[in-house]
Amino acid sequence: MEIALNEDQRAVQDGVAKIVGRFDDEYWTRCDSDARFPHEFHQAMAEAGWLGITMPESLGGAGLGVTEAAIMMHEVARGGGGMAAASALHVNLFGPHPIVVHGTREQQERWLKPLIDGREKVAFGVTEPNAGLDTTSIETFAKKTAGGYHVRGRKMWTTTAQEADRLLLLARTTPKTECARKADGMTLFYTPLDRSRIEVRRIEKMGRAAVDSNALFIDDLFIPDEDRIGEEGKGFRYLFDSLNPERILFGMEAVGLGRDALRRASAYAKERVVFGHPIGQNQAIQHPLAEKWAYLESAYWMCLRAAWLYDQGQPCGAEANAAKLIAARAGYDAALQAVMTLGGMGYAKEYQVERLFRESVLPRIIPVTEQLILSYIGENVLDLPKSY
Amino acid sequence: MKVLVAVKRVVDYNVKVRVKADGSGVETTNVKFSMNPFDEIAVEEAVRLKEAGKAQEIVVVSIGPAQAQETLRAALAMGADRAILIQTDEAVEPLAVAKLIAAIAKREEIGLAILGKQAIDDDSNQTGQMLAALLGWPQGTFASKLALEEGRAVVTREIDGGLETVSLALPAVVTTDLRLNTPRYASLPNIMKAKKKPLETTFAVDLDVDIAPRLVTLKVEEPPKRKAGVKVADAATLVDKLKNEAKVI
Repeated sequence: MEIALNEDQRAVQDGVAKIVGRFDDEYWTRCDSDARFPHEFHQAMAEAGWLGITMPESLGGAGLGVTEAAIMMHEVARGGGGMAAASALHVNLFGPHPIVVHGTREQQERWLKPLIDGREKVAFGVTEPNAGLDTTSIETFAKKTAGGYHVRGRKMWTTTAQEADRLLLLARTTPKTECARKADGMTLFYTPLDRSRIEVRRIEKMGRAAVDSNALFIDDLFIPDEDRIGEEGKGFRYLFDSLNPERILFGMEAVGLGRDALRRASAYAKERVVFGHPIGQNQAIQHPLAEKWAYLESAYWMCLRAAWLYDQGQPCGAEANAAKLIAARAGYDAALQAVMTLGGMGYAKEYQVERLFRESVLPRIIPVTEQLILSYIGENVLDLPKSY
Repeated sequence: MKVLVAVKRVVDYNVKVRVKADGSGVETTNVKFSMNPFDEIAVEEAVRLKEAGKAQEIVVVSIGPAQAQETLRAALAMGADRAILIQTDEAVEPLAVAKLIAAIAKREEIGLAILGKQAIDDDSNQTGQMLAALLGWPQGTFASKLALEEGRAVVTREIDGGLETVSLALPAVVTTDLRLNTPRYASLPNIMKAKKKPLETTFAVDLDVDIAPRLVTLKVEEPPKRKAGVKVADAATLVDKLKNEAKVI
């Protein structure tokens, strides 16, 4: 057993770090304060081919696994851009998975190539205001008509919809009450984000202002048959396979952000002299930081363990959920400790850690809450009665 | 024309170098290594020559441990065509490096050799010059500009007084300075392609080169700690101190 990155994975790490290193604190501060999408960063990553890391080689991707994608996102999040940098790319890595598996060759050519090249961006329309994690209760409905579907409904927390050209949309095509199983009757579409039919309203939020989150109001949007992914009624099942990779990636992003915050806090504690010595010499300052390192390190390897299982084609639900849980907490704890270590300066924007702290709350909440992760582990690993 | 580029695996420039407790050298365990930055510039220049149609093939050579394969792969990912690793776990001094590269240059019938002006670990700044002498080729060191003309290389050199331009008959040796170019970063598709490019491993003994060290390192130690500065009240005091205490003006 060798628990270490291999040569290719180190090449991924170094390759990403080189690009990320070109975007400095000022860049990310401005993106945050101006609530402006990091176009230049997104473009640089697209030009160097990183948006296709998990896409098949036949479509211009690199055909690498979730492990490599996770290593990539760890570097992306720890370069100063935190969750803003990660979220600008994140949906590209797992979002189009149903198209890779269930799309026709023609659809793959039509949709995935522009996505890999960075010419188009996609938003992921699954969550709804009345159906958060209870996805089978979504109300957006696609009514069959000649040559396509008419869609009405609302979506919530749709990331990058201000920028996106395309919408990956989950809608009911059969009411839940008429389905034998509640996970049936939902269909997945990939369609132009037609702003004459879809109102995209930005949600003001605590952090990560650079990458928008939105409420969508879909009013009689026509989607042609050729924009449907796979078979009607199987859309939700198609999404299943990308849920665990998504958790792993969010976990690694949280760890990356946490490492960046910890690096800044340690550097400050070493330099800042109070009462004649650096504050980092005080154990009350030093020990909490050392502790955060230990938790970040263990979360990192837990994420990679889950990624490895996924890439081996083995079940990884428990590991991916656990990895997301501890990684998000480790990232949050490290970012909070960084603010505390810097004291007043930690509260000042100039020192970046307050921005990282605000963003570190995000991976604790998404893509699945801590409560549901614990319920999952309780039920599926510990064999306890279902609690919800 | 074939271009040879020499690359060295060195402790990454971001790493804070620590001296080993026994003073025998610097700490290299659990330390990040990467390509010597001046060699990155050399690879970039060769790739640009190839893109401009002035070079047909780029051969990268490294001398070092098995892990130096990663450094060679990084050069292949930037656009070099094939790689040669002369594998050794011993410390190899500039003269031995120059002899090994000279052997490869002859075997491969190289038209131009581009090297970093120095490696950031030992800062010797000798290999390029020694290589030119061993091969009997002209050299253009500290290049900030390189242009190939019919059978000649025109090299702008960064020297103390400014810039000097020399015209060298090919084959020649060029060493790179910081301002020659800005190296590209390897794209993911090129990192993937680099895995399939040929990488040959050979040994000094196969090239009939003696790499036994001529120098003995007696001791390596940390530079002395800088003493704290002093604050002066005004410009007049400063001038006074510079004049009478530091005696620099």
